[in-house]
Amino acid sequence: MESKSKSNWIKNVLKPTIKRRLERKSNFDNHSGIKIDTVYDHDDSNSSTLGYPGEYPYTRGLQPNMYRGKVWTMRQYAGFASAEESNARYKFLLDSGQSGLSVAFDLPTQTGYDSDHPLAIGEVGRAGVPISSLVDMEILFKEIPLNKVTTSMTINSTASVLLAMYIALAKKQNIPLNQIGGTVQNDILKEYIARGTYIFPPIPSMRLVTDLFQYCAENIPKWNTISISGYHMREAGATAVQELAFTFSNAIEYVHAAINSGLDVDSFAPRLSFFFVAQSDLFEEISKFRAARRMWANIMRNQFGAKDPRSWMCRFHTQTAGVTLTAQQPDNNIIRSAFQGLSAVLGGTQSLHVNSRDEALSLPTPESAELSLRTQQILSHETGITDTVDPLGGSFYIENLTDQIESKANDYIDQIQNMGGALGALQQGFQIKEIHDSAYKIQQDIESNERIVVGVNAFQTKDQTVIPIQRIDPNQTRIQLERLRKVKSERNSGEVTRCLENLSVAASNTENIMPIMIKAVENYATVGEISDTLRRVFGEQKEFSPF
Amino acid sequence: MTDRIIRVLVAKPGLDGHDRGAKIVARSLRDAGMEVIYTGIRQTPEMIISTAIDEDVDVIGLSILSGAHLELFTQIIDGLSRHNRDDILIVAGGIIPEEDRLQLKEMGVSNVFGPGTSTQEIALFIKQAFNDQL
Repeated sequence: MESKSKSNWIKNVLKPTIKRRLERKSNFDNHSGIKIDTVYDHDDSNSSTLGYPGEYPYTRGLQPNMYRGKVWTMRQYAGFASAEESNARYKFLLDSGQSGLSVAFDLPTQTGYDSDHPLAIGEVGRAGVPISSLVDMEILFKEIPLNKVTTSMTINSTASVLLAMYIALAKKQNIPLNQIGGTVQNDILKEYIARGTYIFPPIPSMRLVTDLFQYCAENIPKWNTISISGYHMREAGATAVQELAFTFSNAIEYVHAAINSGLDVDSFAPRLSFFFVAQSDLFEEISKFRAARRMWANIMRNQFGAKDPRSWMCRFHTQTAGVTLTAQQPDNNIIRSAFQGLSAVLGGTQSLHVNSRDEALSLPTPESAELSLRTQQILSHETGITDTVDPLGGSFYIENLTDQIESKANDYIDQIQNMGGALGALQQGFQIKEIHDSAYKIQQDIESNERIVVGVNAFQTKDQTVIPIQRIDPNQTRIQLERLRKVKSERNSGEVTRCLENLSVAASNTENIMPIMIKAVENYATVGEISDTLRRVFGEQKEFSPF
Repeated sequence: MTDRIIRVLVAKPGLDGHDRGAKIVARSLRDAGMEVIYTGIRQTPEMIISTAIDEDVDVIGLSILSGAHLELFTQIIDGLSRHNRDDILIVAGGIIPEEDRLQLKEMGVSNVFGPGTSTQEIALFIKQAFNDQL
């Protein structure tokens, strides 16, 4: 006789079976500490309240027809060596069918130092493209009309400077500002927590963030003013639940700051965007993306009273997980990244970057970057997963996991709110410690072989595959330094000084800093000079809660 | 053999903020019985050299993922040499290509631990190197 209910089935069928067919492990908890059951059925999920795609609470997707209308934007993060070499890589990627640009800046640019600063030694052009002045930016986008692409820029403490340069460049290309689209990451809170490229203390940093919100709302309506990022916190060790909880706690902090600066919630909230990782646990990740949309819709509609449905939409970019890439057997990374990309698409992402096989060793070569783009194109054109919306919706397991991730992340958010919000918790080192503890546990699990990493702690091979890697040509650094020297000697230095003085005054009072920033970069004031001016007014932030 | 506790400075030179590995190594070496000082991120070579000397460490572990390892490690090793502290054992980790590893070893880095290295392997290497020195 077949079982009539799950409890009967467990008692009469499953338990006797387990006695002779032992389970592989005693504990099937996932990495967020959620207990994974043998099987799920109707009673384990509330899928009857799911709703439909394109409607509140958007669990199933932001657009009613999702990828049937338009597939996600294929946006491979790139930048290295110099503006010239990066421009060539962008053109190569666009020619290969990429649909949007994503700029990686080097660390001096990200931390507000020109390429000729002593702290920039060894770092120029290594982790991204060096941009010191508008001249570099002009070369970076040479022959790329800014109304034909959208551009995402991974830039935070110097986001307003780089956005000012992009605006100045659009003006030079005679493109109306309402035609340019893209994103600045502009998410300073996660820099303090995990990524490390902060310059100023939190209060003036939050003011730069909200100045940018306001300027864009009034002048470049298609610009995503922030990409509130769980990615880096997860990469630093957070679990999926922590990723959502810390990201939305930060998001709540930004919304409060913007409202406190006098902005109406629906004037800026539609341009807030998000950035998550696609890690290796396929179903947990798909559920996480679905939970993220539902959580944000509830936060914005119920907590902040946003009226515009666009304010409720959690639009996000996804990148596969750099931390899962292995230096051992690097071709395995192609497989890992493909599965991770699959979870992002099944989770309904708006744009995607798939990591390359060689990134545990160096920046990607053109060949491996192309392979990542091909992975996306195969997902899009060959797998059929784009033909229906939220294909896993209604899966007992997926719905149960979505509910559990949402509920656990909400508990964490409450805990953070009780500590005074994201900033209050940060002052106590809370998120940093939680992330480190998770990271340490993962490392211990790998070393005890509780967690298998193929090619690293199991299935090792003796032969070490050697693959070609991307080298940075030192001549490119010399070209960059020479160009910077030339810019500084040829520009109108009196005008630069005046611009920087105006900037200093604006920073000291409450006027919006963006128009002055644009004027300064148009006169070829550099990233370093602008940052130094702000350092003198705002001060510099030390690391929160050193270990 | 000795019972003296090995003193280790785990340091993050340069502008790189990727500190997951450095913190895990610092904690694991502490768990392995060593005395560990962690510098935090964004340390200049001068800061690392002066901390190492002030704290009288036996070992410096340098972690870097930004690609600036050759330039920054050279400055650190030269600086230690100028202070006659060539005796300090230098180990490194991060995103460091194979061909650079050989160059770093020639410069005086005792070992470069790439991605996937277990923390036990690092602790064992340091303990062995330290015992061999005595």
